[in-house]
Amino acid sequence: MANYDYDLLVLGAGPGGYVAAIRATQLGLKAGVIEKDKPGGVCLNIGCIPSKALIHQAELMRCGKELEEIGVKVDASGLDYGKVFAYSRKAADTLSRGVGYLLKKNKIDLIEGEGVIASAHEIEVKGHGKVTGENLLIATGSRPRSIPGFDIDEKVVLSSTGALMLEKLPKRICVLGGGAIGVEFAHIMNAFGVEVHLVEMLDHLLPLEDEEAVQVLVRSFKKRGVKIYTSTKATGYKNSGKAVKVSLEGKEGKQELGVDQILLVVGRVSNTDGIGLEKVGIKLERGFIPVGNYYQTSAAGIYAIGDVVNSPMLAHVASKEGEITVEHLAGHQTPTRLDPHAVPSAVYCEPQLASFGYTEKAAKEAGLEFEKAVFPYRGAGKSVAVGKTEGILKLLVDKETREILGAHLVGAEATELIHEILLAKTAELLPEDIAVMTHAHPTLSEGVMEMARMAEGWVIHV
Amino acid sequence: MAEQVLMLALSPTMEEGTIVSWHKKVGDSVAQSDIICEVETDKATMEYESVNEGTLLKILVPDGGKAKVGDPIAVMGESGEDISGLVEAAEKKAAAARAREPESEPAPKPAAEAKPSAGAEPAGAPAPVSKPQPTVPPTPTAGLKASPLARKMASEQGIDLRTVRGSGPGGRIVKRDMEKALRRAASYGPAAAVGVAGPALAGAAGAAYTPAAAGPTASGKDEPVPVSGKRKIIAKRLSESKYSAPHYYLRIDVDAGAMMAARARLNTRLPKEAGGKVSPNAFLIKFVAQTLKNYPSVNASWQGDTILHFGKIDIALAVAQEDGLITPVVRDCGSKGIVQIDRELKVLIDKALSNKLAPEEYNGATFTISSLGTSGILEFTAIINPPGSAILAVGRIHKAPFVEDDGSIGVRSQMMLTLSCDHRVIDGAVGAAFLSDLRAMIEYPIDHLY
Repeated sequence: MANYDYDLLVLGAGPGGYVAAIRATQLGLKAGVIEKDKPGGVCLNIGCIPSKALIHQAELMRCGKELEEIGVKVDASGLDYGKVFAYSRKAADTLSRGVGYLLKKNKIDLIEGEGVIASAHEIEVKGHGKVTGENLLIATGSRPRSIPGFDIDEKVVLSSTGALMLEKLPKRICVLGGGAIGVEFAHIMNAFGVEVHLVEMLDHLLPLEDEEAVQVLVRSFKKRGVKIYTSTKATGYKNSGKAVKVSLEGKEGKQELGVDQILLVVGRVSNTDGIGLEKVGIKLERGFIPVGNYYQTSAAGIYAIGDVVNSPMLAHVASKEGEITVEHLAGHQTPTRLDPHAVPSAVYCEPQLASFGYTEKAAKEAGLEFEKAVFPYRGAGKSVAVGKTEGILKLLVDKETREILGAHLVGAEATELIHEILLAKTAELLPEDIAVMTHAHPTLSEGVMEMARMAEGWVIHV
Repeated sequence: MAEQVLMLALSPTMEEGTIVSWHKKVGDSVAQSDIICEVETDKATMEYESVNEGTLLKILVPDGGKAKVGDPIAVMGESGEDISGLVEAAEKKAAAARAREPESEPAPKPAAEAKPSAGAEPAGAPAPVSKPQPTVPPTPTAGLKASPLARKMASEQGIDLRTVRGSGPGGRIVKRDMEKALRRAASYGPAAAVGVAGPALAGAAGAAYTPAAAGPTASGKDEPVPVSGKRKIIAKRLSESKYSAPHYYLRIDVDAGAMMAARARLNTRLPKEAGGKVSPNAFLIKFVAQTLKNYPSVNASWQGDTILHFGKIDIALAVAQEDGLITPVVRDCGSKGIVQIDRELKVLIDKALSNKLAPEEYNGATFTISSLGTSGILEFTAIINPPGSAILAVGRIHKAPFVEDDGSIGVRSQMMLTLSCDHRVIDGAVGAAFLSDLRAMIEYPIDHLY
């Protein structure tokens, strides 16, 4: 038997890679992780975590308005966005160090340097030499996508990375892309007083989310002055030095938008180039590494997870996929793939949006016989008490079996509330089980209970 | 290592089985797929093939004994092995099964009951809720680990959870296990359940229902009769068919003279040893099959988003049994002659009457015939037998006056045919054309040779 440095050698220390390495160690495998940047990947360093730090502070700004309602004079003139930025970096750095600590604690070697696959069991790490592993796990993640006419220079045209690294906010910004990242940045910028123009090519924001839920968010954004352009394409821009003119082409024809900066968030591209895939005969399909059960690639002993495979580009998806691969390698019983209908998605703006499973449109297209229940947030007493009445809780249920098909929440704490419903779905509980469970009063979770009762035909607070 | 031999679900809907007879004795060695015993299920008597090999060490359920699916019926292992532990465990399980049946908790007695002599309603006693409360029958599956969704699927599809192996956390039965069980059940026949036709008695083989078999006459006292497994299936299947398939009925009178004459001629010419007289049902099956060849949309099935035109013509005949009815199927009638159909029919009817039909012999008919002629019934309507979309109800062949084309009145052998059609599949005009062609076929079969 050949002798390898590691049982599992992971390329990339993002939420896919480092979680897989730690789980592998727990299961008795020797694991090593190669990372060219900081541990934690995009998620911790230039993604989920710093953006949530910004959103938290954006919320503080918005609370100022509530304080004024009770007579407190809030002077926001001293806002120093540089400090907001510093706070977000501190959160990112703390967690990145935390990942380093976790790797060390689990006795996982963090091999710093750029790794390129050399053969089925070897990765060449620059400045380090060859490292071998019985199994390789590709978890190299993704980077922002650019589109023709908008080259990311991080000065005029920003990517999400550039936007997170801003130490000074523009007065006006055009956000190209109405997906989760675009919507979150639109929310942050709007809260800090930036004039925001949000442009989406498809006919509604958050195209993968349920339309009825998205409408609630759109109403709220419009009320706060975010300008939304749907079914609209950005064809190019001109920079006069004083202003940036973005050309838009939409339902109402062409128009020009004067802004200071452009944020380009039209999706992400897998990091699959320059990592040596050709050495092991892996061919991309539509930009992704094709994988079978347990995320096995076409090359024996090589697995790929996270943003490099064709599944939702979400940190929790990468982590879970890594766990599935590792459980499989350790000979444990595990599902062969992540169930796409049991993956939660979360958009952290205000109101928050969280969902899983079928949207109403997708359920119709799939020909499912379903029923829906839509419970308004204001029906839960707590929402009135804390001034968060905006929003709905929507549940789709199979007409016959009562199986939970999907849930779509938009409103305060939606990203936390979704998990009770998702637990019910994955444990195969029925709406009735949620409906009859006693929920503490007053909580927003009562809304979840009422939604389930509504599905069962006996909602009380409507 | 010794192992318990468990009662298996030998039909998709079986919940309990009765050991008819053991084929192996204690001490006999058993090879894989040896028949160890015969088991009477809810529908038929089946042979129990062993899935293991070894020596039969102990029989826990003797001939005539009953066992629920999943309960141990015997112990197998190597001869001389100590099996006392296993036997004890099996007996404990049987005792536990008996104990868990009635597990309802007695409700506290209402105040009113404490003083039965009180004429008036005691003050403060709650008025009974007028809406009847659903009663929850004691479920023997209560101790099983299964997700609520899996339980719901089991109750809807009539699957016994004890026959399903759980693959969820902690061995819990989850949706994918139920889907597997459903696929397994479906592989018994296209109908996914047991084939049962309309409320019909077979005219064949003297299987007429006699009231004596139903027990004594009314005793003046209401008596609940337990619903057998077979009766449950009949009830479920027929309700499903009648409530989901929009039935409509077409009736036509047919001159059966030519058919009866042909039958008489055939019977005199058939050698005695060929197996007795050909039944009129064999003629009817052949005529129906021949007509169906021109009507693929009548030999079809509603599948929700598609209509399936069957590639073969498999015709069932409803046969009355002592405690229900069953629909043995003559396969591929389109390519068989009357005599061959008759011989196959006789074998199937014999098996039906002795409860020996295998599931593949009574499932998946593409068309069904039900005849009450020998009971003297003139005409009736039958309930469609899924997956088919039509059933033909055949009345008594009798002499009847008839107005000839020239206005004179004659007498002929007449038979009423009533076709029940599923309107989702067969439109009225198509059903009518089929029935009219069938009449022409029966009256002038020779025309179809031109």
